[in-house]
Amino acid sequence: MNKTWWKILGSVLVIYTAIAGLLLGVPHLAILNETIRNLYFHVPMWFAMIVLFSISVFYSVKSLSSKSEIDDIKAVESVNAGIVFGVLGLVTGAIWAKYTWGQFWSFDPKQNFAAISILLYFAYLILRNAIDEEQKRAKISAIYNIFAFPMMVVLLFVLPRLKDSLHPGNGGNPGFNSYDLDSRMRMVFYPACLGWILIGYWVYTIRFRIRNIENKQQHN
Amino acid sequence: MQLAKEVKYLIHKEVLLEWRSKYTINGVLLYVVSTIFTCYLSFVSLGDKLTWNALFWIIMLFASINGVSKSFLQETKGQQLYSYILASPAAVLISKTVYNTLLMLVLTTIALGFYTLVFDSFTPPDLVMYYIAVVLGSLSFSTVFTMVSAIASKAGNGGMLMAILSFPIIIPVLILLIKLAKNAVDGLPWENSYDEIAMLLVVNVLMVATSLLLFPYLWRD
Repeated sequence: MNKTWWKILGSVLVIYTAIAGLLLGVPHLAILNETIRNLYFHVPMWFAMIVLFSISVFYSVKSLSSKSEIDDIKAVESVNAGIVFGVLGLVTGAIWAKYTWGQFWSFDPKQNFAAISILLYFAYLILRNAIDEEQKRAKISAIYNIFAFPMMVVLLFVLPRLKDSLHPGNGGNPGFNSYDLDSRMRMVFYPACLGWILIGYWVYTIRFRIRNIENKQQHN
Repeated sequence: MQLAKEVKYLIHKEVLLEWRSKYTINGVLLYVVSTIFTCYLSFVSLGDKLTWNALFWIIMLFASINGVSKSFLQETKGQQLYSYILASPAAVLISKTVYNTLLMLVLTTIALGFYTLVFDSFTPPDLVMYYIAVVLGSLSFSTVFTMVSAIASKAGNGGMLMAILSFPIIIPVLILLIKLAKNAVDGLPWENSYDEIAMLLVVNVLMVATSLLLFPYLWRD
């Protein structure tokens, strides 16, 4: 029970948000209307992705000093899990954009920058494939991961602020900022973020364990 | 002070090596000039200022990848070992970065001159601001590409990895540069560009700081 409570919490929260997100009332805003519910399913993906990428950087830093293979596997598996959430974030956003903005890809700065930051992590995975020797691969890919992380922060948090976005809450669009996000939405949104972060972390721990067992089998 | 002395000596070495062979500078220069000329022949005339600006930065991007990636990729294992014995890792990285910045400055200046000569219909009204963008561009290209070329050279397969690894990192910088340069092309007052200049400087400081932190781990084999 000690080890599983957060997994149960994560699952319960995600199930709760899936039901409550579709059933509970939402404020009626122009343009958004009922699609405002996508907030519960789209935005938590980015939170989960960023948490997973941060875990990856943490273990990359650790693996540079400890040189342990475990830390390296943790770093790469959290990137693998994070990329899934990033792609899901892009897809949920694109489907929503089709019905709200009219196109799947609307050349929105946030859309573009999110896509580029996922490219960054694909580059990281390709770099890993390019090196055969294990210790060298661990070291060089950790360095690239740490080098790329500040750039991802710039891409996702700084650059979109300099440009007008079509996203709700930007450039005069009605949005989910503190003024509009009423208490009914908060009741679902915050649990959704926490729930998806926990699920993301769970996915990562499972992937890590599988990889670890595979590695042990190879060495024996 | 030891560091400053080492950096000075290493830069001197780089410049001397380049001066003897003149391979990189002439090679990249010919690359830029022929690319611009090819663009001129295929576009004949550019539609508007935006295309003029974007085309210049795309040409500069590819030229600088070619120019800067030489810095670590062309060195043999023995040469690298020798300089690592003589100097500290920070000195090696700083000297390469400074040398690449100088190289890129010369290169971009000549390229800008030739570009405005060939595509003379859209010469930016605010040339000083445009030149500031070019200088900042040279600086950012060399800080990012120097570190990435070090990573790519250690990974042991040069060209393609260099492009894959550096593009996602350079795109945000490139967006800022194009925005800044566009302000100059539009002839906006300087106050409008301070944000971008500050951002570019911050990004560069960030890149140099992370490179300096990480390079000591990279060069030790």
